[in-house]
Amino acid sequence: MKILVPVKQVPDTATQVKIGADPKGIDTAGITWIVSPYDEYALEEALRIKEKQGQGEVVAVTVGPERAKEALRSCLAMGADRALHLSDPAWENADSLTVARALAAVIKQEAPPLVLFGRQAIDDDMGAMSAQVAEVLGWPCASWIMEETISEDGKSVRAGRQVEGALEIFTIPLPCVLSAQKGLNEPRYPTLKGIMGAKKKEIKDVKAADLGLAADGAQLLVVALEALPPRPPGRIIPGEPAEAVKELVRSLREDAKAI
Amino acid sequence: MASAFWCIVEDDRAGRPKKVTGEVLGEAARLARQLGGQAEAVWLTDKATDEGLKQLAEWGAARVWLLENPALAPYRGEVWTPALAELATQHGVQAIFGAVTARQRELLARLAARIGVGLSADSVAFSLQDGKLVATRPVYAGKLLSKVTWSKPPWLATLRPNVFRLEDPKTGATPQVERPAVAIPQGTMTLAERKEEASTGLPELAEADIVVSGGRGMKGPENFAILEELAKVVGAAVGASRAAVDAGWRPHRFQIGQTGRTISPKLYLGFGISGAIQHLAGMRTSKIIVAVNKDPEAPIFKVADFGIVGDLFEVAPLLTQEFKRLLEK
Repeated sequence: MKILVPVKQVPDTATQVKIGADPKGIDTAGITWIVSPYDEYALEEALRIKEKQGQGEVVAVTVGPERAKEALRSCLAMGADRALHLSDPAWENADSLTVARALAAVIKQEAPPLVLFGRQAIDDDMGAMSAQVAEVLGWPCASWIMEETISEDGKSVRAGRQVEGALEIFTIPLPCVLSAQKGLNEPRYPTLKGIMGAKKKEIKDVKAADLGLAADGAQLLVVALEALPPRPPGRIIPGEPAEAVKELVRSLREDAKAI
Repeated sequence: MASAFWCIVEDDRAGRPKKVTGEVLGEAARLARQLGGQAEAVWLTDKATDEGLKQLAEWGAARVWLLENPALAPYRGEVWTPALAELATQHGVQAIFGAVTARQRELLARLAARIGVGLSADSVAFSLQDGKLVATRPVYAGKLLSKVTWSKPPWLATLRPNVFRLEDPKTGATPQVERPAVAIPQGTMTLAERKEEASTGLPELAEADIVVSGGRGMKGPENFAILEELAKVVGAAVGASRAAVDAGWRPHRFQIGQTGRTISPKLYLGFGISGAIQHLAGMRTSKIIVAVNKDPEAPIFKVADFGIVGDLFEVAPLLTQEFKRLLEK
């Protein structure tokens, strides 16, 4: 079975992100870039499906600038068979819907029965991409999945989505879109052999025109990024634990009115 | 009608709207008033109740659009989206708001793609500038804020629970209920099984007013019982840092931070949590932050309103006793 895994390159989680000279974006100087962690769960699951079936193909795809090739290279090192890099001026200031349309177009060309996303990219935290791609394609989708099993006939998937207080397990006909929640699996580390092999695998450049797409103008516009308002200075409550706790509870009740 | 702000109802699957819907209606009503419009509820369910409809009116819904059909439970995006899109197109609404919940975060994203408009997910503030809506949403898990606006209506947004105020209840208000004729597709995915999580008897993490959270300093899974005791006394949810989750002490769904949940409770109490940047990102919008840690240099003290430098195994049980004493008064 062919499985397509869209990924996004994002700043490492330990990055202290700063607003850039253009306040609509961040200062990218000195940032370590990684594959968004949830996307690694999606890729790992795709690789496991392929290994279990003993055949198939895992294709990583991203929309992003030239540096995003490194993210694709990481996916190839983990075990993806090939990669598609959607890079075009038309997508430079794209909002999630524009990216969703680009991904949907490439999915139509590739025609995989299953597309596995991470639940959200940890930069803009929009968490909309998998659902929007499913909608553009007219496919069913399940978000934040914690488990999945492809049926023996390869025509459907049984997937458990995390909702408040429960796991809802659906039988979903293929093709469909799933998004991975943390806990779905434990992503592997690339082996040295994998890293070496990745250099020989194909990363194909795809332009908007290759997908028959024209620039379609963002629907959601970033006005500006802002720093968080500073929190008021706090107070360390001194004293023996018993006294400190009494004073803490009094402060929470009387000063902060938090309880 | 012009300037209608629609609010998608989040219910308990038994015909009762959840409090977060009151928050969404409250914010929608405040914004709609400035534009001479009104907040309206849209309820997709397999069974509504009279009490539920009344509750929506008391929360400020000037009208309730009710789509009641067995195919609407459980939530499926492929079923809800076309129905809701048809209704929205028929009535030309100004905005469609939802809550950040499992189903609505997916629904609003699908809906935005279907109608071809922008979506501001996980919004924490709104303002109107020259008659246009501007939303504030945390990005990079709350390390920065992003202000966004829409190129055209309807303005679609999901609102983070526990951030927006309810309006004063319109006690005794009776709902104006509309039952529009809308095609409801049957859908292709089918529910095979619903596995309930073992009930902790404690509130859901994202919706809780108070969150008690433990980190590496808890030293092991068994010690979370100490925090659960405390949580029971004050009606709190129990969360965990990534260190505690990755050690296997708590399930993933309880993780707070950049690769977990982002929360904004009224009161956050962190025990044995150093305050790595990824964790702070997930909880720094809490109204009041209390930190208990042995290490006076722990970064969490930099964002805490109140801190106790000490052994959590001593402090937490004392705190439980003290809260118990206070709340029994």
